[in-house]
Amino acid sequence: MLRRRLNRLLGGDERRVDSRTIYVGHRPCPATEAFIPPKFCDNRIVSSKYTVWNFLPKNLFEQFRRIANFYFLIIFLVQVIVDTPTSPVTSGLPLFFVITVTAIKQGYEDWLRHKADNEVNKYLVTVLENGQKIRTESEKIKVGDVVEVKEDETFPCDLILLQSSRDDDTCFVTTASLDGESNHKTHYTVPDTEKDLESLNATIECEQPQPDLYKFVGRMHIYKKDQEPAVRSLGPENLLLKGATLKNTQKICGVAVYTGMETKMALNYQGKSQKRSAVEKSINAFLLVYLCILVSKALVCTTLKYVWQSEPGQDEPWYNQKTQREKDTNLYLKMFTDFLSFMVLFNFIIPVSMYVTVEMQKFLGSFFITWDKDFFDPEIQEGALVNTSDLNEELGQVEYVFTDKTGTLTQNNMEFIECCIDGFQYKYRDAGSELDGFCVTDGPVSKLQQKAGREKEELFLRALCLCHTVQVKESPGPGQGQADGLMDQVDGLGLGGEVLRPEEQRGFIASSPDEVALVKGAMRYGFTFLGLESKNMKILNRNNDVEMYELLHVLNFDPVRRRMSVIVRSKSGDTLLFCKGADSSIFPRVRPEEVDRIRMHVERNATEGYRTLCVAYKQLSAEEYAQADAGLREARLALQDREEKLMAVYNQVETGMSLIGATAVEDRLQEEAAETMEALQGAGMKVWVLTGDKMETAKSTCYACRLFQRNTELLELTVRTLEDGGRKREERLHELLLDYHKKAVQDAPPVKAGVTRSWSTANQDYGFIIDGATLSMVLNSSHDSNSSRYKSLFLQICQNCTAVLCCRMAPLQKAQIVKMVKNSKGGPITLSIGDGANDVSMILEAHVGIGIKGKEGRQAVRNSDYAIPKLKHLKKLLLAHGHLYYVRIAHLVQYFFYKNLCFILPQFLYQFFCGYSQQPLYDAAYLTMYNICFTSMPILAYSLLEQHICIEVLLDNATLYREIAKNAMLRWRPFFYWTVLGVFHGLLFFFGVRYLFSNPALQDNGQVFGNWSYGTIVFTVLVFTVTLKLALDTRHWTWINHFVIWGSLAFYVFFSFFWGGIIWPFLRQQRLYFVFANMLSSVSAWLVIILLILLSLLPDILLVVFRKPRGPNARQLSEDSLLQTSDRSCHTTVLQAPEGARVKGSKE
Amino acid sequence: IAAMMASSYNAKEEDGHHSSGSSHGGAGAVKSKKPDNTAFKQQRLPAWQPILTAGTVLPAFFVIGLIFIPIGIGLYVTSNNIKEFEIDYTGAEVSSPCFNCAKNFSWNSTTSCNCSVPFTLEQPFESNVFMYYGLSNFYQNHRRYVKSRDDSQLNGDRSSLKNPSKECEPYRTSDGLPIAPCGAIANSLFNDTLELYYIHSNGSSTAIPLVKKGIAWWTDKHVKFRNPGGSNNNLTAAFQGTTKPVNWRKPVYELDPSDSDNNGFINEDFIVWMRTAALPTFRKLYRIIQKKPNMTPTLPSGKYLLEVTYNYPVHSFDGRKRMILSTISWMGGKNPFLGIAYITVGSVCFFLGVVLLIIHHKYDNRNNSADIPN
Repeated sequence: MLRRRLNRLLGGDERRVDSRTIYVGHRPCPATEAFIPPKFCDNRIVSSKYTVWNFLPKNLFEQFRRIANFYFLIIFLVQVIVDTPTSPVTSGLPLFFVITVTAIKQGYEDWLRHKADNEVNKYLVTVLENGQKIRTESEKIKVGDVVEVKEDETFPCDLILLQSSRDDDTCFVTTASLDGESNHKTHYTVPDTEKDLESLNATIECEQPQPDLYKFVGRMHIYKKDQEPAVRSLGPENLLLKGATLKNTQKICGVAVYTGMETKMALNYQGKSQKRSAVEKSINAFLLVYLCILVSKALVCTTLKYVWQSEPGQDEPWYNQKTQREKDTNLYLKMFTDFLSFMVLFNFIIPVSMYVTVEMQKFLGSFFITWDKDFFDPEIQEGALVNTSDLNEELGQVEYVFTDKTGTLTQNNMEFIECCIDGFQYKYRDAGSELDGFCVTDGPVSKLQQKAGREKEELFLRALCLCHTVQVKESPGPGQGQADGLMDQVDGLGLGGEVLRPEEQRGFIASSPDEVALVKGAMRYGFTFLGLESKNMKILNRNNDVEMYELLHVLNFDPVRRRMSVIVRSKSGDTLLFCKGADSSIFPRVRPEEVDRIRMHVERNATEGYRTLCVAYKQLSAEEYAQADAGLREARLALQDREEKLMAVYNQVETGMSLIGATAVEDRLQEEAAETMEALQGAGMKVWVLTGDKMETAKSTCYACRLFQRNTELLELTVRTLEDGGRKREERLHELLLDYHKKAVQDAPPVKAGVTRSWSTANQDYGFIIDGATLSMVLNSSHDSNSSRYKSLFLQICQNCTAVLCCRMAPLQKAQIVKMVKNSKGGPITLSIGDGANDVSMILEAHVGIGIKGKEGRQAVRNSDYAIPKLKHLKKLLLAHGHLYYVRIAHLVQYFFYKNLCFILPQFLYQFFCGYSQQPLYDAAYLTMYNICFTSMPILAYSLLEQHICIEVLLDNATLYREIAKNAMLRWRPFFYWTVLGVFHGLLFFFGVRYLFSNPALQDNGQVFGNWSYGTIVFTVLVFTVTLKLALDTRHWTWINHFVIWGSLAFYVFFSFFWGGIIWPFLRQQRLYFVFANMLSSVSAWLVIILLILLSLLPDILLVVFRKPRGPNARQLSEDSLLQTSDRSCHTTVLQAPEGARVKGSKE
Repeated sequence: IAAMMASSYNAKEEDGHHSSGSSHGGAGAVKSKKPDNTAFKQQRLPAWQPILTAGTVLPAFFVIGLIFIPIGIGLYVTSNNIKEFEIDYTGAEVSSPCFNCAKNFSWNSTTSCNCSVPFTLEQPFESNVFMYYGLSNFYQNHRRYVKSRDDSQLNGDRSSLKNPSKECEPYRTSDGLPIAPCGAIANSLFNDTLELYYIHSNGSSTAIPLVKKGIAWWTDKHVKFRNPGGSNNNLTAAFQGTTKPVNWRKPVYELDPSDSDNNGFINEDFIVWMRTAALPTFRKLYRIIQKKPNMTPTLPSGKYLLEVTYNYPVHSFDGRKRMILSTISWMGGKNPFLGIAYITVGSVCFFLGVVLLIIHHKYDNRNNSADIPN
């Protein structure tokens, strides 16, 4: 993209570099004197990152680039180099473990990639060379090779289609593996190429590789003996993409234009930007605090050490002489190494294992989303999809929801409702009625029960039948016959909204569901589109006669023009242009007197929530057509700026039309759309609807979804309201913004936290409506000073509104809005949900992007972080999964910091009693195993299984979501609580045992305990307390929790016996030999362990008791749900009448 | 991101849409398998959901209180019944009998310095009496000190005997010969000799028999510490080629020449010393005074004399030396801490129980419905 734009800027000579020339079959061409085969990359696909040789260094480098890993590496190196209290093994082993596991995982993934690459690269393909077919490996294909591909094979590189086995010079292709569209697309051979490929002498000039799958411009020069070279334009319809599969065609031949990493598929392999969750930011902040604690601990100890040593006799008593080397060391160097030693001794306060556990929790936890059968949609036979597991907890923190309308709030399942021909309204009544099931309802212009002329009716219906890019589904049924020559969406609009109903024998495939609805609508009224056969459109009319129209041109739909046209020639020789499009784009192009008659209908339909299209036509004279034809052909051949040129011609042709009528198509609401929206709002989220649709349509959808309610006061900021005053737009904008700001922000009472938005509250609800044009005025105001002010005014108004509707949005504007909210004060967590390509930008922009596996292809799903089949699944995803994940991970993080604080604090305190000599309190095995074995599993199980409130309750009481809003569990207050708790426990453990050891004769035979017994008692208390503390926090005890919690404790006891029961030959010191067993033989040790554990847990037990009981019990639950149902029914009754909005899809 | 956004700019409006700028090619193919309906995968594992409320915790508090207070009282009484006598014989003060010995201490002196410390036991000591020596301000838990030993040498490993671990530096070799036992701990073995005499009322004195076995952990004595050469009784030969620690007066194989089962590395005084203390002020078991078979107390009240062979200097690091006589109960030596702690915690729990009861009662009256446990 960037390159293209750059090239456009540079222009001139650079353009030559911008295209490549390919010699078909590597045959030199007459036009070029010296044939120099150009150099292109080979056809090898390399998606793997490593080779056998560079795996180790490269992978290690990648891993140590992570700041945490690097920190632990440094600690490890310090331990190796400096004489430190703990052996390098204690920190080296966990680090080694982490690095190895990650390396193995990444290595395995890369091996899979290698395998996949090899499969692709070693795939045997047939290359035509000098008339012979040569089987060769795919990776050996060079640009310019002519490649033969058989049915159901995938194309080995990007090919220009030269020859097809089909008679009509087309081939069918599915691009399911590229963009997920499974419909068959038609591609065409280059016109007029010779059948004999051997004698074909041609060059292809085409643009340099670019990733856009649907854009390709090129030119083919065909040289024939004694003839001027012929030039053919090449477009995406001639290009077969690598990765796509050949269907319904026996074989094709094509010339390779892009190979290997330059194919469009390879260019599209780009990683998504990394999103980081708020929890991760909290972790980093906490890490910083702990790093400060660590450094200050080390500093305090180092300082005190040298103060203490300065007293005579302390530094080097006769019984504890230093080695010669120690004596010789420089004092400052000694201080520094002492500092490092203390750092190493206390470094466990920042545990490696936390990163591993967090990663594992996220990775494993995300499976619960994929596994959830509530997310399974039987229609598409798919469940939820998790593209990233990094953001699980972010689902519990969403404050703003940005939703697309079409396909997200609505089903994108269109149904033809009514039409208006020449000012008369027609409503389709009954699907089963007779042929002339057309009936007129109220004529708005007080011409009751009148019909438009039959001629007009038929013209309108013909227009509906002709003006589209629908293809008839090729059905294998014998009755259908060989309906080949399917019309294809040449423009690549192909987002297969395939609708096939059993009662209607014909299936249609179209780029958008609207078109299918219209064609079907026409069918009901007697005009059936039979299909396209060699450029002839066949229509079955009311009298069961087949009408043939020659399709001359299709003027494609695009979102800027917002209309499409076809030019056809009827049997009688008339050249007709049919055009359909949005009212705003049609009305200026037709005669004004026709507009008034239809406008009313259109507007009324729009307010009823229908999608309206206007249909116009124009008869072209021979000269007009010739001119248009020439213009179109010329523009299509253009190599540069083809689109701009085409657009200009389109606009030129589509003028002076006459309006025939308008259609209204209903887009049903998604299942449970209203309930979902209500739940989200109840959970304290603000829902913004961002749509490209018309304001009226979008507004009625909002009413239907209960985003707007009857008593919601709407603040409109649209082109219409701006033009009301008759003054300059800017002034009016300024005035309105101030006015609304006063209303919604200044006069509104301060929002009390936790107050549920409800129909019964006295507070006035505001809804805000803005359209794209006005938004760009607000955001890019001409006066720079105003711009930022408008923006903040706008933002403040929006933030005080319960729902915001932004209509007529361009995709980039959607992203702009998301970005604006994301970067506003407080940095609220945003979520975007959408289903189409136009939502991709906002999905990528928001903190969490959700894709809906809807009808509009796979782009949204592929770019999203999570994909769900239906909108209604969002409720469970956020309220249940998000809530639980957040609570789980927040607890995990806090607990990890806590357990390491009270692990290391006694060791720190011990320094005051051992002459600041960095003597570890615990044995090395305990130091190493504490985080890996003794305390890791229970918290992992907790963080995967905990349901502090069960899922049903979470779903029923959306307000519970507010309790964790704004990162409630990872703010400084809870962090402080956990830290204080950790400090309290650490102090208790250490001093409890310290006072016990004031008389170390603890056994009934008078024998005494030493320092390792001291450490073991502290450690035993520690392990038990920390584990039982978690047990106390666990609200949801499955057998797994029981198993891991009690299993961990049992393992600790078992391990201690084992570790102390043997003289280990590889150990230099048998420090713990029988220490644990001896400890257990002492009654006093038992008593102190029990006492300390109990005392440590006391504050927590008290807190649990004194805190309000949180988990609603069964009775409350039933009451709540009772309340909710009554609440809901109330909404429905309230909503019905006044706004005229239809409450569809709200069947309960 | 910029490239992505730019490429996905193409819009979908009412009835048409471009698809563009896609990333991963193969990701679109998703298995269309319905998720398993297992309890685990659906997060519906049967679970016990305990809810701690005042109602459930309250009895626990009372129970804890009721258990802890008697235990505490028991501990306290037991601790109080333990008789303990402690006497400082450092000789730091001029008035102290060992002042001269402490003052004139020299590593090189060949003759040992003796001093006698008289003391009186007010109460008779029944049952077995344990004799400890205590040191203060002696950092046996200093890191340099703690690691300065070679456990494989002490376990009788011959190669370690001749080539001690580097951790023993600077007490690894002396005059080119390996030190056995090497290291700072062994080198600083406590070598004062303490003897106890009972002064009869007529002025005559009786030596009290002191048992020097059974003072070390059984596993240390029998497994962890072993003499080189195995069952070979000739320790002198076994330690051939090694030298004594620099501060020792005699080699390791002469620690207790009278008893081959208490000589060399398996000398119990040595083993006790090798178990490094946790805190700078510590005591170590020195001797045991067995109770007498008849009903007379082991140590009747009266006058005693502590005969000290003063070999161990503590003056240089401001240390203190004590001799402690103590009886022992099931909980070990005298330590009132546990008893007091138990009584305190028990009382606190009981008190909290009462407070909770009151709160619970009030809360219950105010909001009847909210506190019913499942």
